[in-house]
Amino acid sequence: MRDPFREGLATGWKHIDASQLADNPTLEADVVIVGSGAGGGVTAEILTAAGLKVVIIEEGPLRTSSDFHMREAEAYPDLYQESAARKTADKAINILQGRCVGGSTTVNWTSSFRTPPTTLNWWQSALGLKRLSVEAMAPWFAAMEHRLHVGLWPLPPNENNAALARGAAKLGIPVAVIPRNVKLCWNLGYCGMGCPTNAKQSMLLTTIPAALTNGATLISRLRAERLEFSGSRAVSLTATALKPDGLHPSGITVTLRARHFVLSGGAINSPALLMRSAATDPHALLGKRTFLHPTLISSGLFDQPIRAFAGAPQSIYSDHFLDSVAVDGPLGYKLEVPPLHPVLFSTTLQGWGEAHARLMREFAHSQTTLALVRDGFNPDSRGGQVRLRDDGSAVLDYPLNATYWEAARRALLTMAEIQFAAGARWVTPVHETSPGYNSWAEAKRGLAELPLAPLRCRVVSAHVMGGCAMGDAPERGVVDDEGRHFQIENLSVHDGSLFPTSIGANPQLSIYGLVARNASLLAAALTGQPKPAIL
Amino acid sequence: MTTRREFLKTGLAGAALLNVAACSRPSENGGRTMVLSAVIPVMLAGALPVGGEARQELVVRTVAGVDRAIAGLSLATQKEIGELFDLLAFPLTRMLAAGVWSSWPDATPEAIGNFLESWRHSRFDLLKSGYAALHDLIFSAWYARPDTWAAISYPGPPEVK
Repeated sequence: MRDPFREGLATGWKHIDASQLADNPTLEADVVIVGSGAGGGVTAEILTAAGLKVVIIEEGPLRTSSDFHMREAEAYPDLYQESAARKTADKAINILQGRCVGGSTTVNWTSSFRTPPTTLNWWQSALGLKRLSVEAMAPWFAAMEHRLHVGLWPLPPNENNAALARGAAKLGIPVAVIPRNVKLCWNLGYCGMGCPTNAKQSMLLTTIPAALTNGATLISRLRAERLEFSGSRAVSLTATALKPDGLHPSGITVTLRARHFVLSGGAINSPALLMRSAATDPHALLGKRTFLHPTLISSGLFDQPIRAFAGAPQSIYSDHFLDSVAVDGPLGYKLEVPPLHPVLFSTTLQGWGEAHARLMREFAHSQTTLALVRDGFNPDSRGGQVRLRDDGSAVLDYPLNATYWEAARRALLTMAEIQFAAGARWVTPVHETSPGYNSWAEAKRGLAELPLAPLRCRVVSAHVMGGCAMGDAPERGVVDDEGRHFQIENLSVHDGSLFPTSIGANPQLSIYGLVARNASLLAAALTGQPKPAIL
Repeated sequence: MTTRREFLKTGLAGAALLNVAACSRPSENGGRTMVLSAVIPVMLAGALPVGGEARQELVVRTVAGVDRAIAGLSLATQKEIGELFDLLAFPLTRMLAAGVWSSWPDATPEAIGNFLESWRHSRFDLLKSGYAALHDLIFSAWYARPDTWAAISYPGPPEVK
C-alpha cells in the first residue's frame, strides 16, 4: 500500500514535529492557521494557491496511512482529543473529536451532507445572514464535493445500515443513501481509526498535501497557547511544543508572527484560544451557544449476524423526523447508524459483570441506531458554553434540559419501533436502568416511563458546532458571515465554531463549503487579486 | 426527596472526604492497583475465566491496560481520575463513600458489586460519574486486547497490503 503523505515528505514538503525542537524559534508568515482539520485544510490550500506564505500548526501528531492499523488501542489515544474520552463538564456527554493532522476528517465516518436548506433559510430569516442562501452556497458545496470526490455510496449497505432501511421501509418512513467522500473505497469499516487504504478524501490526503506542495509549512505537536494583540490587531501567537506523548509541554515555545491569523481548531478549542488570550468580547458571545447534536443510542439484537464492524460505517439515513417538525419547534432528529468496534461498543454499553458480558457475546448480532438531535433553533435549546479550567484547558458545559429529554424520548421510541420492524428480537436504549424490551408493545410501554436524565441515559456527540458564531452585526456574532472577527481586524474563524445553530446533518461538508467561500474572499483581500467568479 | 439543605450537607461532606483522601494520596503508593485488582474481576465477571492462574494473569494485564488508558487522558482528567482512586483507596473514604467495609483485597464480590450498583444509581452525579469512569476504563482496557475478541465473535481488522 502506498503512503502518499510520506512520499510527499520525501520530495521536500516542510513538516516540523515540534516535539523534536531544541530551541525556541520565531516563524513569520503571511497567514498562520491554527488547526489542520476541515477548516484549516481548505483554508491552507486556497491561500497557498493564491501565493500566500502559510504556516499550519496542529496540536496532534502527524500520522499517515501506513500508521493506520485499524486498532482502537492505538487510534483513540493517537488520533482523538483526550483519547476519544473528551466529556462535557458534568461527564454526561462523550465527545468524539479528532486531534491529528487532518483533524476530525482523518477519523470521521465520511458522511458528506450539504447544509440543509432548512438551516440556511433559518439563518437568513431569523438571524439575518442574508448572503448565505441555498443558491449562493450551492456552488461552494459543489466545488468541495468535486474536490473531495463526494458521491452517493454505490454498494449495498452493510447489515447495520440495511436494518435501518428495512425497518423504516416497513413503517413507511423514508430513508436515503448517504453521500461519502471516498475514492476506490475498500468497504472495510475502519474509517474511525484512520483510512489505511487512502480511500477517504480527508484533509490528510487532499488539501494539506496541496498546501505543502504549494510551499506551506506544517508544524505538528504544537499547541496554540495565546494570541498577543496590539490595538485591534493580533500581532503574534505563542505556542507550546508538546512532548512525543502529546500531553506534557516539552519546555519549548514557538512564536508565530503573521499579517493574518485563521482559527480552525474546532468549536471547543477555537473559542478557548480566544478566551485564554483575553480577546475582546464586548457582547459576551464568545464560547456561548455551542451545539452538539446530542445523540441517543438504541441497541437491538438480531438472530442473523449484523457484523456492524464491517463495511462502510454510514450509508443510510433518514431525515423524516427533522423534516416533519417545525425547525424551531419540538426538537427533531436525524437517524443514522454507527460502526461498532469492541472498545467503542463495550464502553458505551450499560451495565457490568454477567449482564454486560452477555450483551458482548452478541456483539456480532448487535445493530445500533443513532438519533442526532438538532439543537439550537428552539428558543429553549441554547446549547452549551466553553469554559477554561485552572490550567487553561477547555471544557464544555452543556446542560441537557427538559426540551432535550422530550425529544430524546420520542427518538428512543422511534428507534425501538424501527429496530423491531427490522426484525430485532430485543431492543434497549443505552441507559443505566433500562431492562430492555422483547417487543415493540413492551418497549412502547417501558420507554414512556423510563426516567431520562444525565448520566442515566447515555448521550454522545461527534459534531461540535458554535462558540464563535457568525452574526449580521457585532451584537449578534463574534464574526461576520465571512468568518472575519468583528473587533480584531486581522483574525478569522474557519471551522465549525462559526455556526450559529447546529447544522442538522453531519457537519464536515458544511465546513468545507463555507470555508472555501471565506478563504477565497480572504485570499482576495490579502493579495488584492479579484474575487473568485462564483461570488 | 432530597431537600436543598440535605444536598448541600452531603455535598460539603463529600468535598471534605475528597480533601481527606487527597491529603493522604494513597493512590501514589499502589492504591490504584489495589482498587483495580479488586474491582476488575467483578466488573468483568462473565468475561474473565472463572479460575486458575490465567485469571490472575489477565487481571494483572487489565490493570496495566487501565494504567495505559489513563496515561492517554488529558492532564486535567488524569488529575480527576487520581482523586477518584484516592477516594477509593483511603480506608475512611472507602467505607463512607463506597460502603466497602473491609480492605479491597478482603472485600467480597458481593460487597464490590453493591458498591458498583450504589454508585451507578446514586443520587449524586459525582458518584455516578465515578462509576462511569471505572466502567469505561476497565472495559476499554479489556476489549482493546485481541485475545478477548474470540469470545465476542469479532474477527479483528482485515489485512491490508
